[in-house]
Amino acid sequence: MSTITVEARLSSRTRARTRSAVRLRRYLSNAGTVVLSLTLVVWSLVPIYNMVLISLEPEGDVFTDHIWPRAPSVESFWGVLTQGHWYLEHFWRQFANSLFIGAMVTFFALLFGSLTSFAIGRMRIRHGWLVSNAALLTYVIPASFLAIPFYRIMQNYGLADNPWSVIAALVAFATPYAIFVFQEYGRSIPIEVDESARIDGASPPQIYLRIYLPLMAPALVAVGTYALLLAWNEYLYQFLLLSSKSSMTVPVALAQFLSSDQSPWNFMMATAIIYAAPPVAIYYAFRRRMTAGLTMGGVKG
Amino acid sequence: MTDSASVVDVGRPAVRRGTLSRSLRGGLKGGEYTWAVAFVVPYVAVFAAFVAYPVVYGLWMGSEASLYRELFADPIYQSTVVNTILYLALGVNVKMFLALLLSGFFMRPGWWMKALLLIFVLPWAVPQISTFISIHWMLNGEWGFLNNVLYALFHTEGPSWLNDRWTALGAVIVSHIWKWTPFWTLILLAGRMAIPVEIRDSARVDGATGVRGFVHITFPLLANLYLICTLLSTIFLLGDFNAVTFVSGGGPANSTHVLATLGIRDAFEIANPRLGVAAVMSALPMVIPLVIILMRKLRTAEVQL
Repeated sequence: MSTITVEARLSSRTRARTRSAVRLRRYLSNAGTVVLSLTLVVWSLVPIYNMVLISLEPEGDVFTDHIWPRAPSVESFWGVLTQGHWYLEHFWRQFANSLFIGAMVTFFALLFGSLTSFAIGRMRIRHGWLVSNAALLTYVIPASFLAIPFYRIMQNYGLADNPWSVIAALVAFATPYAIFVFQEYGRSIPIEVDESARIDGASPPQIYLRIYLPLMAPALVAVGTYALLLAWNEYLYQFLLLSSKSSMTVPVALAQFLSSDQSPWNFMMATAIIYAAPPVAIYYAFRRRMTAGLTMGGVKG
Repeated sequence: MTDSASVVDVGRPAVRRGTLSRSLRGGLKGGEYTWAVAFVVPYVAVFAAFVAYPVVYGLWMGSEASLYRELFADPIYQSTVVNTILYLALGVNVKMFLALLLSGFFMRPGWWMKALLLIFVLPWAVPQISTFISIHWMLNGEWGFLNNVLYALFHTEGPSWLNDRWTALGAVIVSHIWKWTPFWTLILLAGRMAIPVEIRDSARVDGATGVRGFVHITFPLLANLYLICTLLSTIFLLGDFNAVTFVSGGGPANSTHVLATLGIRDAFEIANPRLGVAAVMSALPMVIPLVIILMRKLRTAEVQL
C-alpha cells in the first residue's frame, strides 16, 4: 500500500514537472509568435506607412526629418482629384486610360482563354497540345525580354502611342494563364454534361455559351481578377508604347514625376495611393477566389 | 504479300480513308471540327502576331556577332552581369526560404494568424510602382524615412543608401524580397494545406514533430512544388524591370543595372536597339534550359497542389 502511495506521489510530481515544462514551452512559443508577428507587421507596413506619411504632408513640408505626420493635411489628395498640379493635368484621363486597358485585357483574355480551353479540353481538338505548349512557353518567357522587338513591330504597324498596342501585348501575356486555369478547372466538370447536350442536338457554340461558361463562373472570376490586376499594375509596355500625356496610363504618369529633381513628393505619393486603392480593394474582395486560382502555378510579376 | 502487310499492320488500328481524316480531327464531326478550329484561331493568331513574331524579330535583331563583341567589352555590361547573378542568387533563394518558413508559421490556428496574414499580403496587393517609388524616397540620404528613424532612435546619420553601388543593389534585392515573399508564402501555404491531415497526424503519433516532422514529412512532400516555385521565380526575376528602375534607377552611374533594365537603357536611352536586344539575348544560355525544365515540370506535374 505504501509503495503505491509513493509511486502515486512520484508520478504526480513528474506530472507537475512536465506540466510546468509544457507551460514554459507554450509561453516561449507564444512569446516567439508575438515577436515574429510584430516584426512581420512592421516589415510589411513600413513602405506603405511612408507613402501615407508623405502624402499627408502639406506642400513644401516634405523635406523634414519627422517620422509621424506633424500637421496632416489632405491637400495633396484634393490636388490630385482636382488635377491641381501641372504634373496631374490629365489625371482623370489617365485613370480612364488605365481602366479602359484593364477592361479590354480582361475581356479578351477571358474570351480567348475560354474558347481555347473549350476547344482543347472539352472538344478534344487534335494537336491541341501544341496550342497548350505555345501557351506554356509564353508563360515562361519573361515579357520584358520581348519589349524591344515588340516596340519596333508596333512602330511598323503604325500603332505607336495607341492603347491597342498595349492591350495586344497584355492579352498575349495574360491569356496563357487563363488557358491553364480553365483547363485545370474544367477537369472537375464531367465531360458527360457536354455529351448529353450534344446528343440533344446542341451545337458547339451553344454548349460553350449555355453550359461551359456558366459552369466555369468561379474560374472566370479568378482569371478576370488576375487579368485586370496584371493590366493595371503593368508598367514597362505602357511606358514604351504610350508617350503622349493624354494617352498614357497612371503608372506611366506616376513615373514621370521622378524625371525632375524637384518632384512634388506629397502629390506623387497621393497619386500612388489613389492608384493603389482599386487593386487593393479588388484583391481583398476577391481574395478567396484569387487564391483558388493561384494554386495553378503563380501570377506573373 | 498479304501476310507481310498484315504483319506490318499488327498493333495498328485499321485506318480506312474515310476514318483517316476523322482521326486527324480528333473524332469530331465535320461541323464540330470547324467550330473547334474557329475557337482556337483567336488565341493562335494572338500568339503568332504578338509572341512568336517578336521572338523571331528579336532573334534576327540580335544575330550579329559584332554586337556581342561590343557588348562584352562594355564595363557597364560586365557589372550588370555580376548584379544579375547576385540579384538572382539572393533574391530568389532568400525569398523562397523565407516563404517556406513563413508558410509553416501561418499554418498555426487562430484568428490572430488570419488577421496577420491579411496585413502580410499587403505588399503584394499594392501595385509595384507605388511601393517601389515609396521605397526610393524612403532611402533618400537626407530626407528619407529610414535615416530619419535611425536619427530618432540612435542619433546617428545613416548613409546615402542609393549613392553606393552595393547598398543600392542591396536595396533593390530587399525590395524584391519584401514585395514577393507574401505571394510565394501563399503558394507554399496552399501546398501545405493540401497535405492530408492523416499523414500529419500519423507522423505526429510516430514522434515526427517540429523540425523532424518538417525534414522527414513536410519538406519531401513540398519539394517538387518548392522546386517549381524556385524555377518560376528565377524566370520572373530575370525579367524583372520595375524593382531596379524605381528603387535604384540603375544608378549610381549605371552600376546597379540588371540585364532587363540594361537592355531597355541601351535600346531607348542610347538609341541602339540591336545592342539592347543583344544584352537581353546574352541571358539565353540561362533562359533556355530553365524554360525547358519548367515546361516539362509544369506539363507533367500539373503543379500538384
